Amino acid sequence: MSASSAQATRLAYNEPGKLDTVAAWVLALLWILPLVYAVWTAFHAPEYSTRFSLFAPLTLDNFARAWAAAPFARYFFNTTVLVVMILAVQLVLATFAAYAFARFEFRGKNIVFSLVLVQLMIMPDILLVENYKTMARLNLVDTLLAIGLPYFASAFAIFLLRQTFMGIPKELDEAARVEGASSLQILWRIYVPLAKPIYTAFALVSVSYHWNNFLWPVIITNTPSSRPLTVGLQVFSSVDQGVDWSIITAATLMTSAPLLIAFLLFQRQFVQSFMRAGIK
Amino acid sequence: MQQRSLHAWLMLLPALVLLVAFTHFPAVATFVDSFFSTPKGSRPAVWVGVENYQVMFEDPVFWKALRNNLWFALATIPLSIGLALAMALWVNEKITGRAFLRMAYFTPTVLPMIAVANIWLFFYTPGYGLLEQITGLFGLPSHNWLGDQRTALGAITLVAVWKEAGFFMIFYLAALQGLNPSLREAAAIEGASRWYFFRRVQWPLLMPTTLFVLINAVINAFRMVDHVVVLTRGGPDNASTLLLYHLYEVGFKFWDTAYAATLTVVLLVALASVALFQFFVLDKKVHYK
Repeated sequence: MSASSAQATRLAYNEPGKLDTVAAWVLALLWILPLVYAVWTAFHAPEYSTRFSLFAPLTLDNFARAWAAAPFARYFFNTTVLVVMILAVQLVLATFAAYAFARFEFRGKNIVFSLVLVQLMIMPDILLVENYKTMARLNLVDTLLAIGLPYFASAFAIFLLRQTFMGIPKELDEAARVEGASSLQILWRIYVPLAKPIYTAFALVSVSYHWNNFLWPVIITNTPSSRPLTVGLQVFSSVDQGVDWSIITAATLMTSAPLLIAFLLFQRQFVQSFMRAGIK
Repeated sequence: MQQRSLHAWLMLLPALVLLVAFTHFPAVATFVDSFFSTPKGSRPAVWVGVENYQVMFEDPVFWKALRNNLWFALATIPLSIGLALAMALWVNEKITGRAFLRMAYFTPTVLPMIAVANIWLFFYTPGYGLLEQITGLFGLPSHNWLGDQRTALGAITLVAVWKEAGFFMIFYLAALQGLNPSLREAAAIEGASRWYFFRRVQWPLLMPTTLFVLINAVINAFRMVDHVVVLTRGGPDNASTLLLYHLYEVGFKFWDTAYAATLTVVLLVALASVALFQFFVLDKKVHYK
């Protein structure tokens, strides 16, 4: 085989054939179709929701009607508070726990760590009945705190951060200790800054998870004052409306908009974060 | 040293207390509660032995949900993993419009399931939904996809695959980018076909990723129900109900908490066996890292 044909083969490896390209595009268009369809319906008057015409006039009326028909402002506020609260507590608790696992020796460390890992398989998402009872005992039913509590200690965050902390050279510790820094100072000044990409990765995963979470919130809340967006949307689209699709899709897009826009703006970070969080 | 270990425990304490309170305790309590009756009004729960389990074995909806869930798992797992792999292989190459393709594949992952299920509901609507309009163009008869016992489960399965594939793609993409480029060059120089290269080089090297994704896909198959709530509510006639959805109905619509605890035990056993399988079988065979 001559050098030039080897070169050609190598290039061919990097350039998928026509068939691949067509298949990839067909799949991508199918994948994006529901979203495109929703955007079409939401920005057009109801009579165009099933009729496609290039000259159909655009309108924001559906959004205005959806916004007026349910306390969406309240739902947005609740979800924002919820997501921020969960993330903040998760990060603080997981940072301390991960540091203890990564850099301290104590009896029963391995057993305790395996107990933490149990949560990776048995998530609060399925322990609905008992967690509901606990919230009732604590008198927390129908509060934002109750939605967040079961997720505050995240085994996933502890695991990710522990891995990262263990990869930080111990020499840095020792140098800082010689200078008289305490364990907490070392954690704050050395470990946390060095693990920044992992914090970002976990934050994106956590925020998108809790922004989208539904089953536990729908069980534990029963008034608009504590409902997050997902539950509000479901109540809105199943009870309040007949089959006014334009207004439902407008509400749907509204609910997803913050994450969707963030994703489109920071695509690279999103993808890399999900990768980082997954590979560890 | 003594002091350091005290510090370690203090740092662990808040996370441990919450983990025990909302993971370990409820898991154990579920098991205990499954042997008691549901407390009603002033009547406290009493020990009933395996009665709840007997009820479960005689509950046709439970069997239906279990069967549906197995079909749902058997369909979503290979389909979403296969598609994820194809997507990753495509966008890993210099394909036309790579940025758009990657965005299109990944977008369903960041959208709330509750929200997108509403869009799919509209999609599937008989008479004027988009699907009907398309099948109508080909002169096919109208069909109520979500309202027909034969197609309801398939319809919700499709939504799950659509939601998951892009998520799994990311892991494959990360793994593919981590492969040594000289492998590809060597294969090209040897004149190996692309398919051969995939089958003999890429696929075996992707095995750890496939197993990681597989575990996630199995867990998701037992935990995804948001779309069922929106699309079918388990119907028609429980044709599309899943275990977790049945549990939700029993526990929070009929408030039969003891029976719901029994159903939770089934889910816990399913998830625990996945964990044990991963721990004892997979981790021995595949050396991660």
